[in-house]
Amino acid sequence: MSSQMVWMIAGMALVTYIPRLLPFVLFKGKELPGIVQGVLKNVPYATLGALIFPGILFINEDIWFGLLGAGAAFIAAFLGANVIVVVLGSIAVLSVYSFLI
Amino acid sequence: MAEIAVNKPATEYRKGFQSGISIAIGYAPIALTFGLLAKTTGLSIGETALMSLLVFAGAAQYISLSLLSLGTGIFEIILTTFIVNIRHFLMSTSLNEKWEDDQIANKAILSFGITDETFSVAAVRDEKVTSGYMLGLISISYSSWVVCSGLGHLIGASLPQTLQESMSVALYAMFVGLLVPSMKKSAKVVFLAALAACFNIIFTLTNALSTGWAIVLATLLSAVIIELIENVKNKQRGQEHE
Repeated sequence: MSSQMVWMIAGMALVTYIPRLLPFVLFKGKELPGIVQGVLKNVPYATLGALIFPGILFINEDIWFGLLGAGAAFIAAFLGANVIVVVLGSIAVLSVYSFLI
Repeated sequence: MAEIAVNKPATEYRKGFQSGISIAIGYAPIALTFGLLAKTTGLSIGETALMSLLVFAGAAQYISLSLLSLGTGIFEIILTTFIVNIRHFLMSTSLNEKWEDDQIANKAILSFGITDETFSVAAVRDEKVTSGYMLGLISISYSSWVVCSGLGHLIGASLPQTLQESMSVALYAMFVGLLVPSMKKSAKVVFLAALAACFNIIFTLTNALSTGWAIVLATLLSAVIIELIENVKNKQRGQEHE
């Protein structure tokens, strides 16, 4: 292992860990204002929206690939499928699609 | 009898582990490809495994490889990593509200394992989040990430092309699977996700912001705007009742 690479990895590890850790230390035992708590409760759902779009549309050069995968996942999830079933179902649909084209 | 009401750590660990299975499946192709790319970029298997072991952040690790191949300096790579991963600050802040543990050390250690995926799974859980649950969730996700990174380098190949392409949908499908049940229960969730998606699409397509900042800003804008709208609505309703 080159020492330069190890330093780089150590640096990357540190700057990745700090933002993950800091909130637990900063806000320990603190009651945040009501509006801030409300916003923080919204964060998971907003994050999911931003994580899904537009990323899912660009998983392949063929935009239909992403659209089809997104559609399959939404339908399966809407019908009440378990998360793992949603994941495996979307993979299966896209496998069939890429086999056909 | 009281014992029945309290979730035992072992049960919580198992529940977390089970919730992490879809993350582990989703990480596998990405980590295999990372290992392969790391090899072609010139990293040894030790360096590849070390990076996955210590950093555990997919997007940042990929970016570091492309920057290395461009001959970018170490400091710039570390700075870019910081910017890409600053979004986890927002996620940890949100999760802190839901995660019950008086032992700060537990949270401090386990916070190492907060990624987009582990955060999403934990944050949409109906019950409160415990450290046992987080340990289970993170241990299976982290194992998949580290082992598959090493395997990718070792085998020097990723999955067959068709399967690789199909599996690239896995993590997105998981996000959809996590989001939709809440959307069915609450219109607010639909607006939150849709608004954040719109902002992120605009930021991404206009190249206005780097990916890390785009997600942070889109999330915050949506979460704040919807909260303000709800507050105004609630106040109006309150006045009508007077």
